[in-house]
Amino acid sequence: MLLKADHISFRYTEKLPWILKDISLEFREGERTAIVAPSGYGKSTLAKILAGYEKASDGQVLLDGKPLPERGFCPVQMVYQHPELAVNPRWKMEKILKECWEPDQELLDRMGIEKSWLTRWPSELSGGELQRFCIARILSPETRFLICDEITTMLDVITQAQIWKLLLEISEKRNLGMLVITHNMALAKRVCTRIINLQEMQTAGRKS
Amino acid sequence: MQKENKKNILKVEDLVVAFSMYGKGFRKGKLEVIHSLSIDVNEGEIVAVVGSSGSGKSLLAHAVLNLLPKNARTSGTITYKGEPLDEKACRKHLGHEISFIPQSVDYLDPLMKVDKQVIGVYGTKEKQKEMFCRYQLPEETGSKYPFQLSGGMARRVLISAAVMENPELIIADELTPGLNVEMAMETLKHFRELADQGTAVLMITHDIDLAFHVADRIAVFYAGTILEVAPTADFIAGKDALRHPYSKAFIDALPQNEFTPLPGTQPYAGNLPEGCLFADRCPNRTEECSGEIPKQIVRGGEVRCIHAT
Repeated sequence: MLLKADHISFRYTEKLPWILKDISLEFREGERTAIVAPSGYGKSTLAKILAGYEKASDGQVLLDGKPLPERGFCPVQMVYQHPELAVNPRWKMEKILKECWEPDQELLDRMGIEKSWLTRWPSELSGGELQRFCIARILSPETRFLICDEITTMLDVITQAQIWKLLLEISEKRNLGMLVITHNMALAKRVCTRIINLQEMQTAGRKS
Repeated sequence: MQKENKKNILKVEDLVVAFSMYGKGFRKGKLEVIHSLSIDVNEGEIVAVVGSSGSGKSLLAHAVLNLLPKNARTSGTITYKGEPLDEKACRKHLGHEISFIPQSVDYLDPLMKVDKQVIGVYGTKEKQKEMFCRYQLPEETGSKYPFQLSGGMARRVLISAAVMENPELIIADELTPGLNVEMAMETLKHFRELADQGTAVLMITHDIDLAFHVADRIAVFYAGTILEVAPTADFIAGKDALRHPYSKAFIDALPQNEFTPLPGTQPYAGNLPEGCLFADRCPNRTEECSGEIPKQIVRGGEVRCIHAT
């Protein structure tokens, strides 16, 4: 499968400046791409557009030549930078976890998700604990592309290493495509097969 | 050493935080999440707090600032400049002498433009402009609403708001997520400057490699207690200079080092083992580890491990 960003531009309203201007990128299955840039350069916006959470003002996202499905399960899934904003505060954790599939016990154990957390409300868990739920709930077999927007900044380094090892193992086994947004160059070099600097792309695009 | 002469700003002694919650039916249970925790921060000192997620780092910050939810019960003493920091004292000092940088960006009011939020009640427009300039936020950021900010920009807005009033104590719960490395270093340098002018900083962070550059001491949290407090130099020197096996595993797990995770997870607060909390993941575990583990001083650092050398 091929995920393609085709000349994407984005701004919030017509009066405001462009956040993304004419970005074209291709992501293949089994490929792990890191996207780096200083904050405010539109990394998260690009991630949201690729996952279908935001509509591009111009250009389109193509998955195998077709636009992303409007209904049903989207094979491009994203884990958000702020887990506390990505869960429904009025759902208990079990419902959140099983929103689209039923993760098996082995995955929960390896993610370090305690059984007793399942009956709690999101406000009772820490940021790192919530993030593990957010990661586990999108690892359904139908997922083909994984977009990780700074998913481990709120975790301690040991849990970070645990979760990345697990994600790499799963992505290799299922031949998933991964898009990793991070500020940690050491992590990008460890995890990814190629690194894209969005700042350079953007400034090049603005000049031409 | 000069350290002894420095004025103590924040002192936490034997802090216990427990939540009362409903178990089966109407039976109320207690969940103890922080156990006999002591930490102090002196004038002009940066103490970094690192540790596993869910180990109670943020709860410590919230306990100090009296921000815990209603069902939390605390015991132990928290003093600010020698006076107990109770609800009344908190109301007096918060926003003036004590400022707080929350972990979550949803502490920003979604319906208020950010310049107003940064200026708050006591700040001035000039100071806000100066801070935005310092943190490289464009002029027009002030007239935006929080949803228009990127994660890193929101973080810098929160930081600007916290340093408006030359506070004497800053409690920072995650300064650096969302910031690129240069910006994060710049922010930490600013905090170092503030500390050199006498501000005490309690800095909770996951970016341990960045904390190395500015902190004076580093405290390692695990399952609601502190396993080790050591001078930063020991962390930089590498795992052999550290005392607790968990701190050593921390150094190993960094992506620039081995990137090897320690197997297992932190014990759940409702189901803690007797004795050493780290015992089930520890490579040096022995029989004695299930007994009482006193705090001891080894090579100038505090550690809770009977095998520490």
